[in-house]
Amino acid sequence: MTAARAGTPLFTGKDWDFDLIRRLHDAIAEVARDELGLDTYPNQIEVITAEQMLDAYSSVGMPLLYKHWSFGKHFAQHENVYRQGARALAYEIVINSNPCISYIMEENSATMQALVIAHAAFGHNHFFKNNYLFRQWTDADGILQYLDFAKRYIAECEERYGQEKVEQLLDSAHALMSHGVHRYPRKRKPDLLSEDKRERERRIHQEQVYNDLWRTLPGKPSAGRGRLDESRRRALLELPQENILYFLEKTAPNLAPWQREILRIVRMVAQYFYPQGQTKVINEGCATFCHYKLMSRLHEKGLIDDGSFLEFLTSHTNVVFQPEFDDPRFSGINPYALGFAMMQDIERICTEPTEEDAEWFPEIAGSQDPYGALRHVWANYRDESFVAQYLSPHLMRRWRMFLLADEGEDADELRVQAIHDERGYRNLRRSLARQYDVSHLDPDIQVVDVDLAGDRRLLLQHRMLDGALLDEGGAKDVLQHLADLWGYDVCLQEHDDLMDGTAREHVVRPRVPAGLPA
Amino acid sequence: MHIIDRRLNPGGKNFANRQRFLRRAKAAVRQAVRESSEQRGIKELDQGGEISIPRDSIREPRFGRASSGGQRQAVLPGNKKFVPGDTLPKDGGGGGGSGSEGSPDGGGQDAFSFVLSQEEYLDLFFEDLELPNMAKRALAVADSVSLQRAGYSVSGSPANLAVARTMRNSLSRRLALRRPKAEEVERLKQEIEALEAEEDEPALDQAKAALAALLTRTRRIPYVDPMDLRFRRFEAVPKPVSQAVMFCLMDTSASMTEHMKDLAKRFFALLYLFLKRRYQHVEVVFIRHTHLAEEVDEDTFFHARETGGTVVSSALEAMHRIAAERYRLEDWNIYGAQASDGDNAPSDAEQTLSLLRGAVLPLCQYFAYLEVGRDEESTIGFMPHSTELWRTYEKAGAGGERFAMCKVGKRTDIYPVFRKLFERRTEGAAAP
Repeated sequence: MTAARAGTPLFTGKDWDFDLIRRLHDAIAEVARDELGLDTYPNQIEVITAEQMLDAYSSVGMPLLYKHWSFGKHFAQHENVYRQGARALAYEIVINSNPCISYIMEENSATMQALVIAHAAFGHNHFFKNNYLFRQWTDADGILQYLDFAKRYIAECEERYGQEKVEQLLDSAHALMSHGVHRYPRKRKPDLLSEDKRERERRIHQEQVYNDLWRTLPGKPSAGRGRLDESRRRALLELPQENILYFLEKTAPNLAPWQREILRIVRMVAQYFYPQGQTKVINEGCATFCHYKLMSRLHEKGLIDDGSFLEFLTSHTNVVFQPEFDDPRFSGINPYALGFAMMQDIERICTEPTEEDAEWFPEIAGSQDPYGALRHVWANYRDESFVAQYLSPHLMRRWRMFLLADEGEDADELRVQAIHDERGYRNLRRSLARQYDVSHLDPDIQVVDVDLAGDRRLLLQHRMLDGALLDEGGAKDVLQHLADLWGYDVCLQEHDDLMDGTAREHVVRPRVPAGLPA
Repeated sequence: MHIIDRRLNPGGKNFANRQRFLRRAKAAVRQAVRESSEQRGIKELDQGGEISIPRDSIREPRFGRASSGGQRQAVLPGNKKFVPGDTLPKDGGGGGGSGSEGSPDGGGQDAFSFVLSQEEYLDLFFEDLELPNMAKRALAVADSVSLQRAGYSVSGSPANLAVARTMRNSLSRRLALRRPKAEEVERLKQEIEALEAEEDEPALDQAKAALAALLTRTRRIPYVDPMDLRFRRFEAVPKPVSQAVMFCLMDTSASMTEHMKDLAKRFFALLYLFLKRRYQHVEVVFIRHTHLAEEVDEDTFFHARETGGTVVSSALEAMHRIAAERYRLEDWNIYGAQASDGDNAPSDAEQTLSLLRGAVLPLCQYFAYLEVGRDEESTIGFMPHSTELWRTYEKAGAGGERFAMCKVGKRTDIYPVFRKLFERRTEGAAAP
């Protein structure tokens, strides 16, 4: 390190070797720890080929996952896009695990490797370890082992029950994946390590207590058959329930134990990714801000030469590029750009506040501790709350934001409701934050009632938001999958609070009626 | 911090998923492959390539909001001239007013495109097709046998001696019978030498007797005994004939238009590809005929033009002759494909029929006759008349399962006709 301090660049040109990766990592780690105060899991950096990168892409970025046709489909798609040269591959994939695994591609130049290490192995890594959502919802220590178990278990099921049956089940489970998460924290800390053991114990227990004699015992004469009263019944079934997969796993009448276990696996994977959907802006912002700071510091220390730094700046600018709304390249707000801009803005507010900043952000304006403020942000916010709290008038002006509204079927035109002026700031900020709100992203669908003693028809309710119905084709297909799992009719009502009535109703029958052996 | 080099890990981790995907989308992929084959030239027919299938067949449905309806808001960057209260027309309006989600696969196109490898392409292309009478009838011909390892035997030629196995037997026998070791003998000899030096007579005698006993025992128990010998055993396995020859017969008289030749060429190309997938080695013989038949190379076959009458039997004769000269029935699977517009000299009908029945069909695993028509002539619907050759062959076709005939008029019909000719037969018909 002493030689490095003297200001000789760590590398010149684009070639890299493993020793250089190690030295880059150490140099970056020093800046990250001492200057930015990042707190990370230990790093594991894996060098992979383009094909392996595509592979990781298609299995949702996981190093190992069970087999399913949809992953093959995604692979084919990515491969095609990549072959045509329409899109370069991502430079890295990082996995929220302990140790934190970052994949870097062999094709990257030395500068890109430095960028990737700063971005993934420090930026994302710090975020994973510290953000409250990840701490609450994911178990970084257990995930790899759990995925290994899941892969083995599903392969075993395929052997035992046939590929086709398992595939059907996974199709159905995947369709409901977005509604297979608990949205409110559990009392228990997630512990994926013991999942494997628990599954085995459950099975062994069942095998041990199984005795065919029980079957011959006469049942209680209809004492338990008496109709439970409404509220008691709902309470027993934990209704209403928005985690549909959980409900099916626990309650569906016709599923075999292995089917329940597979639903559970899909549910666990969905839950693991739940925080990622809510933290795109802040997570990518954090990583982008970190790599920008780290690379700049390395350059200032003379560890990266000017040529490499320019190469870095080129890719950095590409990453944080935000086209304007009337640009043909516009496809929504770029989370990298927004996150990075907001975090730079926080740094500015801490170091060089204006009067306006002092009024809007009294707690951090002029604190002169930008990294402290940012670490607080990274630990305690998600996209929605981050935007709601920290989008500054300065940035709204810089991006020239405006709010465009479609006021429903009756209005003939779109209306500009607010722009970046004194009257519009709060409105803009509230609306943008709302776009990142989970309850806005996923439609609110809950299991509301089922009469297990009666016709077993499952009743679901979609609480419409702003009068928007579900996409009909998609909803029908998902409901078909749901009905197949449930085994009886399924009814989904789309409920509009404003009209106080049901706007639309879908009823779907299972493809294989219950009662027949599936 | 660890750095791990994963580049050398076995690739193709996604192979199983890809197979599942192809199986899943099979119907759609098959359709796409067949459609794409119509647009391809003959040369590129056997290459893999990009195909598109409708997205519907591989949808992964999710609950999502409809892309229109209801009240929607969006915060957009890049305001240039708007003030609150401004209105924009609903269609277009740059970015629209909705935070509409794209299709779950991104891109939002209706077609899903991806690349098939050559192997996958041909697999789908020739799916469900089968060569009738794949195996030679007389399999157990002495010439076409191959030797296959089949364990060990106690007798055999020295060249086949299984040394390791023999030595193993020898070793265990020597141990079991306690054959004196060479070191033991050596040690005793040294001892005798020492004793001779010491001139210790009684001990010397004793040692000499012991040595003599050891040597006798060594002689009696040989190092390698004939009973240790093991030889690699081979079994003669009848070898399926895995080479085929394809005879392409075509009428090249002036009545054959370029269009007809193109049809014929496509048919031959398909057949060639198909044979190539089934046999290790495929040869092609091109025979063109007018009133005279001759063997030519591919280029001449398809492009040269001739004048003259049409005598089909001349081509059959040539085929018979060439087969007899060059392609022994025991070694070759012989396939015949004939394309013609159906003309034949009326006087030749009798000769053609008897040649086909008596000489050609007994040679062939399968003989297909393709009658090519003009583009405007529809193959379905009203048939003006059946041609001379068609009528002749109809008599031959009756009852013979080695023979098939078809008519084709349009380029797009080639593949269906080909399928029809080579469709997998039901069990009853397939048995030779």
